[in-house]
Amino acid sequence: MKHKSAFALAATLALVLSAPVALPVLAQEGAPSAPYAYRQLPDPDQEARAKALMVTLRCVMCQSQSIADSDAPIAGDMRSEVRTRIAAGEDPEHIRQWLIQRYGDYVSFTPQVKPITWPLFAAPVAILLLAGLLLRGRFGKGTRT
Amino acid sequence: MIAEIGLAVLWMAAALAMLQLIAGGLSLRPEGRQLAALVRPVAVMQGVLVLVAFGALVTLFVTTDLSVKLVVDNSHSAKPLIFKIAGTWGNHEGSMLLWVTIMAVAGAFVALIERRLEERTLIATLAGQAFISLGFYAFLLIASNPFARLQEPVDDGQGLNPLLQDVGLAFHPPTLYVGYVGLSIAFSFAVGALVTRNVGPAFARAMRPWVLGAWIFLTVGITAGSYWAYYTLGWGGWWFWDPVENASLMPWLAATALLHSVSVLASRDALRAWTVMLGVVAFSMSMVGTFLVRSGILTSVHAFAVDPQRGTFILALLAIDIGSALALFGVRASTVSEGARFSFLSREASLVFNNVMLCGILGIVLVGTLYPLVTESMGVKVSVGAPYFNPVSAIFAFPMLLVMAVGPMLRWRKDRLDGERARRVSLPLAACGLLAVVVLVGVELTAHRISLLPALGIAMASGLVPASLLPLVGRNLRRTPFAVWGMVVAHLGLAVALFGMASESAFTTERLAALSIGETRDVGPWQVRLDGMMPVAGPNYTALEASVTARYEGGAPIVLHPEAESFANPPGTRNQSALLTRWNGQLYTVLGEQGDDGRWQMRFWWKPFVPLIWVGGLMVALGGFLALLGRVAADVRRLVAKDKIAWRRMRQGR
Repeated sequence: MKHKSAFALAATLALVLSAPVALPVLAQEGAPSAPYAYRQLPDPDQEARAKALMVTLRCVMCQSQSIADSDAPIAGDMRSEVRTRIAAGEDPEHIRQWLIQRYGDYVSFTPQVKPITWPLFAAPVAILLLAGLLLRGRFGKGTRT
Repeated sequence: MIAEIGLAVLWMAAALAMLQLIAGGLSLRPEGRQLAALVRPVAVMQGVLVLVAFGALVTLFVTTDLSVKLVVDNSHSAKPLIFKIAGTWGNHEGSMLLWVTIMAVAGAFVALIERRLEERTLIATLAGQAFISLGFYAFLLIASNPFARLQEPVDDGQGLNPLLQDVGLAFHPPTLYVGYVGLSIAFSFAVGALVTRNVGPAFARAMRPWVLGAWIFLTVGITAGSYWAYYTLGWGGWWFWDPVENASLMPWLAATALLHSVSVLASRDALRAWTVMLGVVAFSMSMVGTFLVRSGILTSVHAFAVDPQRGTFILALLAIDIGSALALFGVRASTVSEGARFSFLSREASLVFNNVMLCGILGIVLVGTLYPLVTESMGVKVSVGAPYFNPVSAIFAFPMLLVMAVGPMLRWRKDRLDGERARRVSLPLAACGLLAVVVLVGVELTAHRISLLPALGIAMASGLVPASLLPLVGRNLRRTPFAVWGMVVAHLGLAVALFGMASESAFTTERLAALSIGETRDVGPWQVRLDGMMPVAGPNYTALEASVTARYEGGAPIVLHPEAESFANPPGTRNQSALLTRWNGQLYTVLGEQGDDGRWQMRFWWKPFVPLIWVGGLMVALGGFLALLGRVAADVRRLVAKDKIAWRRMRQGR
């Protein structure tokens, strides 16, 4: 979870999994280079846009927390990064793509449409079809059961 | 000594479970009839023995016996008593022992009181129950013995994760386990009915209280778990689509479908195959849930075990149980006739539709939870979170909620919406629909930046609240059966919770602030002021406590005390948020760290109507409880009447 007690464990895990990309960011930990980790953007529209993006980005050191839900230093750094870029006028999806390049698909809670993720998008269609078939089997032919 | 007694008793219980399975299985054949008399007493004895074993483990934790490995790894002599007790199941081995304990005690209970079912079916049920238990006994005794001793006793234990030292969480796992195990009993009934070709209303009536009970516990467990996450994690989130949360949501979804289906079977003798299938699905989902949480396949606060051997063991157990259940269903499904028929416009039909929708949501949650594990095994890590789950499950949830408003108004078997029925059913429902549309337009016009799903949720909830009360219209409220009250309260609770969820995501105000002592900030309609800081000491932690004064629209000041706590055994920190609840929402305050400039990082949220999420959840559980009360009362009345008749007959010498 996003808590510091769990952080050590999660950090070890995440280091093993994403060592090449995570290390440079870890190095900045605690540095004053993250001015917007715990500060909001003055413009409410920009802050809303940043928030909407942050809740869909995973804190890669935590378990299932977005960077908008976490005390982990890396989440703070990422929040600051997102807010800075939004303030500079960058498009949220562009920022997401940039983060995916650095951290991999794992960082985005919104699954990207890629060959490996097709079952995620096929699932609702398949379930809808199956549901349709089931219901048709029950109701299609008049009062058959 | 206590540890050795516990282990010995556990072995005896496992042996009895084996006897229960063999005697039960053999007695179904003509040559083994006499063995049937063994099954009930053995089931009761097994329950008693496991209870003794569990009591032994609790004793070891309460006395902090530092020669027992599990106690050393998970407890500490300086922990408050309640967390010593809760520590018993706050770990892998203990929680598995708790699982078999609840299961065996529930089995003993069935063996003692269930008299309505045909004896053969009941014996088959108990044998099925023993089969499931045996898997867990094997797992405990072979792969995770909770009573293992250390070579040398140590000076003190390692303690329990501070996040878990919370009264709410102490009773969270047992609550969910009761739910899971209740579904395993329901499943055993389904197996018993399938094996003895006895799927009918009697079986449904025996199964229904277990499904209802399990469902109530799951509802309470999920609601409490969500509130725990909300106030402990310190960022105001209340649902994360974490695999562990999904592990409890999936059995709930299946149990909800099963609950409705079993009611139709009990009262209308329809949906026979459906009910059995849903029983299998519901139990499978609780096994999947156990596997996800207990195998260590996920790493989170909930997943304490990180031993792949255990994971494989649970996976094998999962495959054997679900596989044999599906095989049995496959072999016997053709012998289960569909039961009574009904038309497209009937209450049964709306229940079938909603069961399919519930299974749809279940499918989405299952795919979204498991698929990242699949890609990970292929070397690619992907995340599936709210941006996937929310809209995709809404495809099924919104039609389901619509039908939930209509279904209870329809007649069983066949309804026609013309003439008098149109006035009584269609008109009020249309009025509720109109209200929802008006609210939707109003929300879209007045609140800008609100996204589609929350807007739809608020509109839907506004229509559902009056619609769920409609079944009470025209009834004599004092004579309305408990079951109807239960349905109304549960459906209303769902609407209330939906309103809370939608309102939270649409109207929350967030304020992150670095404050010096004496500084003031606005948080939505609130003014908050940091008054001071004070060090405080808890039983096993030290903390910094902030004094925050909050005024609602300039009203009277209210003082809050968010804390930042540090634990020593094991080392860790916890932000204890301070919440201020009003009828129209909650003010959420958190104390963070001190910056280099000496100012304090504070976080504030104003969350309009957020408590309705959990109020609604508890209403859903209360609805279930009312229904259960009604059913049990009816059963007791029937028993008493039967006894009276028997007594009169005896007195008249017949």
